[in-house]
Amino acid sequence: MYKRALQLVLIVFVAFTMLGASSPSARFGRLGHDLMCTCGCSQILLECNHVGCPNSTGEIADLHAQLDAGGTDAQVFKFFTVKYGPIALAEPVRGGFDTVAWIGPFAFLLFGIILILLLLRLWKKRHDRLTPVALPATPDADALRNRIRDETNYGE
Amino acid sequence: MPHPMPFFGSVSLLLALGLAVYTLLAGTLSLWAIAHGRALAVAPERIRETARRAGIASFIAVTAAAFALIWAFATNDFSVDYVLHHSSIALPWYWKFSSIWAGQEGSLLLWAWLLAGYGFVLRIRHKSDITLHAYASTILAGVQIFFLLLINFVALPFAIVPGGIGPADGFGLNPLLQYAEMMIHPPMLYLGYVGFSVPFAFALGALMMRYPGEKWIAITRRWTMVAWLFLTCGIILGMHWAYAVLGWGGYWGWDPVENASLMPWLTGTAFLHSVMMQEKRGMMKGWNVWLIFTTFILTILGTLLTRSGLVASVHAFAESDIGTWFVWFLVLVLGVCLFTYLYNRDHLKNENHLESLVSRESSFLFNNLVLLAACFTVLWGTLFPVLSEFVQGSKVTMGAPFYNRVAVPIGIFLLFLTGVGPLLAWRSTSLRAIRRNFVLPCIAIIVTTLVLIIAGVRPWSADTQAAGDVGSSIYALVCIALGVGVITAIAAEFLRGANVVHTQTGKNLFESTILLTRRNTRRYGGYLIHFGVVVMFIGLAGSAFNQSREAEMSFGDSMNVGGYKVVCQSYSEDSNANYDSQFALLDVYHNGKLITRLAPERRVYFVNTDHAQPSTIVAIHSSLENDLYVVFEGTNPDNQKPIIKFFINPLVNWIWVGVVIVIFGTFIALVPPLKPSTRRVEVPANFLSPAAPPLGSVISTGAQRSGETPVFRSGSSAPASPGAPHV
Repeated sequence: MYKRALQLVLIVFVAFTMLGASSPSARFGRLGHDLMCTCGCSQILLECNHVGCPNSTGEIADLHAQLDAGGTDAQVFKFFTVKYGPIALAEPVRGGFDTVAWIGPFAFLLFGIILILLLLRLWKKRHDRLTPVALPATPDADALRNRIRDETNYGE
Repeated sequence: MPHPMPFFGSVSLLLALGLAVYTLLAGTLSLWAIAHGRALAVAPERIRETARRAGIASFIAVTAAAFALIWAFATNDFSVDYVLHHSSIALPWYWKFSSIWAGQEGSLLLWAWLLAGYGFVLRIRHKSDITLHAYASTILAGVQIFFLLLINFVALPFAIVPGGIGPADGFGLNPLLQYAEMMIHPPMLYLGYVGFSVPFAFALGALMMRYPGEKWIAITRRWTMVAWLFLTCGIILGMHWAYAVLGWGGYWGWDPVENASLMPWLTGTAFLHSVMMQEKRGMMKGWNVWLIFTTFILTILGTLLTRSGLVASVHAFAESDIGTWFVWFLVLVLGVCLFTYLYNRDHLKNENHLESLVSRESSFLFNNLVLLAACFTVLWGTLFPVLSEFVQGSKVTMGAPFYNRVAVPIGIFLLFLTGVGPLLAWRSTSLRAIRRNFVLPCIAIIVTTLVLIIAGVRPWSADTQAAGDVGSSIYALVCIALGVGVITAIAAEFLRGANVVHTQTGKNLFESTILLTRRNTRRYGGYLIHFGVVVMFIGLAGSAFNQSREAEMSFGDSMNVGGYKVVCQSYSEDSNANYDSQFALLDVYHNGKLITRLAPERRVYFVNTDHAQPSTIVAIHSSLENDLYVVFEGTNPDNQKPIIKFFINPLVNWIWVGVVIVIFGTFIALVPPLKPSTRRVEVPANFLSPAAPPLGSVISTGAQRSGETPVFRSGSSAPASPGAPHV
């Protein structure tokens, strides 16, 4: 039963994920938002709003040409990197040192989480060691504690 | 004397520098003598007082210099190089006034002026703790000296043009800066940046003097909140400016200069949270000191990024070698902070330790981690191009897609903690309390998710996939559902507290909520700030559903976009002294009814010069549901028809509404709480009974001004004898 349900979920997930994935206009939109206008306006290629912009029209034409030629995403990015320089890519996706850009923030977060967990454990241990006898948790004591919390809720 | 006012301004700045140097030297000497019990020719306390007065006088001197620059702009004194480059005769007076901070030199003068202003207030209000204020004043004088050195010797606001005689007219103000927010956005931002110097000075001073207890935090809390509020307003005004002026349809482009303002805001927010742990539990002392040090350092780093040309930005000031000065100042500040910390770190030992993993303390730790991770992400993204150039020899772009992939999940985690943190009790939270506090928010999250899915927010739908927005759609769904959950949690907290007050006083729920908030302004003001932030997050999530269309529109042409029908009534051209313009008049219909007329415009400033500059005036029809954002992009050179771009930006107004709530909440948190005043009452002897309150019970009259029933509080002292006189 569970196996069937799992299979069904998997099929539905894959079907939804694949829907529309190969649409050429969607791909143009996606890639156009992963590229920058190189005129110095610091805008995403498809969002550059300068009428008569010296660069964006040519870049968009290049993107159309690359898609018509059937290039993969990596090939399109490589073309733009060679022609306009790495600044034509809206994010570092060339592999190698570019990968460090993606790892950095998550490594920081992960390191921080581990550090906090270790710190919390250390503090907890120290506190437990310093607390000689734990008071028994009786229903009366719990009820009293909850009542106190309720009645003093407006002030910390 | 050919240039009396610029001369007056220059002399004032030199005088201000001299006074700031005296404040630093005399302050240091007197504090050293007091701390070590050394006798001087003059009593150290008197020297300390002269240092304070010199600090106050430095504010007057910088004010005089600022006045001189205002005068130069008002009188079109184009012999002053700064005025020549940022003003013109045709410029309206209000833009002339705001031109003061339009360039490098003037904005540094504004910085020095605001810093001297903060110092002035600090030095005037010194009586709450004279020694601590003296330390803070001396440190602040050190910061003042740096900025006064810059405007005296590096970026001179009163420099005279070569030959001493200016041309008949100036070059004018950059058209992108001729917008209402220019009047208020930079001063607000600078008030925020500069404001963090004050808690920094107090923290460093308290550490230097090994200040006993946590009173310095209570003293600096308002300073920190005020600086945080100004920085928040500055950032949001900048967002609104970008949205309404730049014409690309968005409000945040992750530009390095925008990032520079966000970083100290994030660490400042972390400080405002974690400082509570120090106040209430004596924990995180070293951490808090470093948080405020980091916040100050980030304000200087942000200024370095903006002014040095280190990173490419559309907002940055002209490239200059001023960056070297900032680098050395950063090194100096870091060195002083590090030395002071290492020398006094034994003073920062925690008084308590964590008792439970599920507690308010641990939620604060995670809150700080997430805020710092967000700050690190922004800093990383801002500086990575420089790092990449160093390692690979070529700069890369860290555009919006990078931040959307990395910063948005961190932001959502932060939103989650915004809801969870306040529901956990200090020290430890019982399982029962968790169940009680979390049930309603969880239900709200599930219901909202279902409603959104039914309403059409379906990341797995073919339309969303075709638009390539699956990730944004998922984030938006999670963000809005989580946001509603957090709002429910906040509302439940208010309701629970109000019920207690209602039980005690018999007031209705609304009055009880008001009284509850007045009794603990800090806590409930904080909840309101959280509420505002959640509303902003919901507004930000709306960007996942943005749409845009572009069309040539002639007389009578119509266009349907996002439920609106737009009809072009006319288009024309105009000319005035400051600029030429092209515009279209567009009637907007919704459900068949005419709701507004929009006039998107494109202006060209400095028309008959070699530096003509175009600018966009966006037309926006706003509602809580969405913004219809219309840009006049230009005209088709073949047929002269206007090219109009339409954006439908959902929920943008929620961001601005959220900010108003945040401001309101901050004001409430800044108001001192209503302290229950107490009075002793006579109790007749026969009142004594086992069930009655003890003799001499203190009656809380905290809300007596509004006439509610007094409340008995137990555990108070008894009078000397029954019938004793009132005390």
